Amino acid sequence: MPLSATDTIPQEPGALRRLARMLWADKFALAAALFVLLVVVLAVVGPMWLEGAATRQNLRGRNLPPFSLAQGWLGVLGADALGRPLLARIIVATRNTITIAAGAVLFSAVIGTMLGLVAGYMGRAAGQVILRLADVIMSFPSLLLAVIVLYILGPSVANLIVVLAITRIPVYLRTTRAEVMEVRERMFVQAARVMGASRWRIIFRHILPVVLPTLLTVATLDFAFVMLAESALSFLGIGIQPPEITWGLMVAQGRQYLQTAWWLSVWPGLAIILTTLSLNLLSGWLRIALDPTQRWRLEMKGRRNG
Amino acid sequence: MAEHLLEVSGLSVDFHTAAGVVHAVRGVSFHVDRGETLAILGESGSGKSVSASAIMNLIDMPPGHIAGGSIRFDGRDLLRLTDDQRRQINGRRIAMIFQDPLSHLNPVYSVGWQIVETMTAHGVARDHARAEALRLVTRVGIPDPAGALRKYPHQFSGGQRQRLMIAMALAMKPDLLIADEPTTALDVTVQAEVLALLEELQAETGMAVLIITHDLGVVAEIADRVVVMNAGEVVETGETDAVYRNPSHPYTRKLIGAAPGKGEMHAPLSPTAPVLSVRDVVKSYGEFRALDGVGFDLMAGETLAVVGESGSGKSTLARMLLRLDEPDSGVAMWKGRNLFTLPPAELFALRRDLQMVFQDPTQSLNPRMTVFQLISEAWVIHPDILPRARWRERVAELLAQVGLRPEHAARYPHQFSGGQRQRIAIARALAMEPQLIVCDEAVSALDVSVQAQVIELLDRLRREMGIAFVFIAHDLPVVRDFADHVMVMRKGRVVEHGSVRQVFEAPREPYTRALLAAGLDPDPEVQARRREARLAAAL
Repeated sequence: MPLSATDTIPQEPGALRRLARMLWADKFALAAALFVLLVVVLAVVGPMWLEGAATRQNLRGRNLPPFSLAQGWLGVLGADALGRPLLARIIVATRNTITIAAGAVLFSAVIGTMLGLVAGYMGRAAGQVILRLADVIMSFPSLLLAVIVLYILGPSVANLIVVLAITRIPVYLRTTRAEVMEVRERMFVQAARVMGASRWRIIFRHILPVVLPTLLTVATLDFAFVMLAESALSFLGIGIQPPEITWGLMVAQGRQYLQTAWWLSVWPGLAIILTTLSLNLLSGWLRIALDPTQRWRLEMKGRRNG
Repeated sequence: MAEHLLEVSGLSVDFHTAAGVVHAVRGVSFHVDRGETLAILGESGSGKSVSASAIMNLIDMPPGHIAGGSIRFDGRDLLRLTDDQRRQINGRRIAMIFQDPLSHLNPVYSVGWQIVETMTAHGVARDHARAEALRLVTRVGIPDPAGALRKYPHQFSGGQRQRLMIAMALAMKPDLLIADEPTTALDVTVQAEVLALLEELQAETGMAVLIITHDLGVVAEIADRVVVMNAGEVVETGETDAVYRNPSHPYTRKLIGAAPGKGEMHAPLSPTAPVLSVRDVVKSYGEFRALDGVGFDLMAGETLAVVGESGSGKSTLARMLLRLDEPDSGVAMWKGRNLFTLPPAELFALRRDLQMVFQDPTQSLNPRMTVFQLISEAWVIHPDILPRARWRERVAELLAQVGLRPEHAARYPHQFSGGQRQRIAIARALAMEPQLIVCDEAVSALDVSVQAQVIELLDRLRREMGIAFVFIAHDLPVVRDFADHVMVMRKGRVVEHGSVRQVFEAPREPYTRALLAAGLDPDPEVQARRREARLAAAL
């Protein structure tokens, strides 16, 4: 939409109000945002609120099927092999799950992106060293690496985050580098060089914003991967140790009852899927909302009422 | 009334966008007869390409929608045919060639395979198709035709690729060839050759040609009749010569008036000490000599036009001057210092004096920054130019200076037209308060009427602020009204260097003369004379 010189410029609304309006326009993203908000709230208050209920055993209610209110509202999703209500356990597990997944994704994304930017924009030598390093990490079986590190350091939430982060760094590194190699040749980067912009200014002001949407999408997909990797480690006994729980661990524990009590694995699995899906929808929305050339799609949709 | 080969009447095409319905084409009517060349002339956004796409059924529906009218081809209304019937006509009876052959040839198949494919898709036997492909490739003048069929698109030059596209289009001996800006991406000498080829082929086969262009010169060279479009409507139709001589619509008059190369040429400035003096610049990429001993002098407030075809090294020269690339050897003295050997700290200070305006403003402006951020970035990088408190005021000033409005500062680049974007890029360069601006094909991507405005703006800045310009272009007429000196380059060497009057009126070198002769004049009569001279020279 080119505008003529006589166009008047309407007063732009505040950034926050604008974002809210754009979120309202995309109902899927709105639902996703609400779900993510719910997960975050549960992660904060869950353990304090339902710790007792989640650990209380009730041998008469072993593998209680879902959709009955016989055990109170907490039992609506059924109970596990020790008769502990699944709903309470899922809520309590939220904090560990989200801490580990978010921590690992955040660390690997930040470190991987930084290294990728350097590898892509700086000279050949630095790029080669960083890339070979990434190759080493990728060619080494990540589970084996995790087993060794966790065996030496001992299992804990912090160590788990470190190990998972390291194994996922190459994903961001390679994506970032490939994008940077393309973006750095674009004309606006050349224009910035002509103005005398420093390397860091070019990298952070001109290249990173273009690369960020891709990385955001990769990160949300990685969220699910990290949750499942964590459950694999927990299953091997070097991740989270019972009585601590995570969604991944609950899926793993339910596996042996899969034929008799499907709900043990399905509900926590559903929690993982819904969280990932919400984050993915949200990142898709964010990508459009942050892109000045795409933003109108959301702004128009709201105004036209579908 | 005799039946026309193609008759478009009352065609309207709408596009449904989020901003509402856009009437891209409104009630357009024209016709093409057998053996005739019709040109649709218009600037970007005039609806000329959309009209052609409607004929070829290439409009995406939705969001596109043919709101009314009919397209009769050989007695049948194309809009009422089924998709299957349309496919029988497309490619077989109506063929199309495009502006950018590289993106319309599949890179993973050999060109021979692709030409054969167009024929076998319409039921020609493979053996016969192979023989025919060889004949076509020979006909369009590709050297070593048999070998060429086995090569891939990237192994050909731009002109050769366009010839291959023409070969492919002619494979089924179409009755109508639609050419959408077929020579816009080509060098002037190649453009003349391709247009000549089209004319020859038309004479041989008797097909009709519908050529879509923004270039009056192309119209003058090839078209029998012309349809002028503006904002989705036909504003004028007629014989090419008559339309050029007596344009009846104000838009046509404006378009003809904007064609470059008719104004007063600059008289040379009285010589003073040069601000920039470049000597013996050499740059090689492997075996390839991109620049081979290039040198020139430039005075303050002077414009030097560097003209050459693709591969002449003119853009490489620009990149050297701004230190985006390092030369192998040579010196460039700017106020007594050698630009090529400056250490980074001094180079940084010097960046203020030397600025660049790039070819395509769509790409040279960061799409995620507002106009205010784009222009004020100069002062973020060089904080000593202007205190932060005055930024807002100065951005408004600069925008006014390049013919935009201060309110535009809050907008993003994509909300402007191409010409406006180039103005933003110029404002950004001016924010540095430079003494030399290197323009790398700064107006090549713009519409003719916008081109004239931007050149006028640059010339005003030169007069008022004494800024020197190095103006790089592939097109000679563009630099005629603007340059003081012209340097013609070819294959990394300076072929000719002289005042604008000398180069245009008394070119010394055969290559300069060839360039001037290959350029297309908007005047059909001048163009006809040139064509005769060219044919006489060829015999």
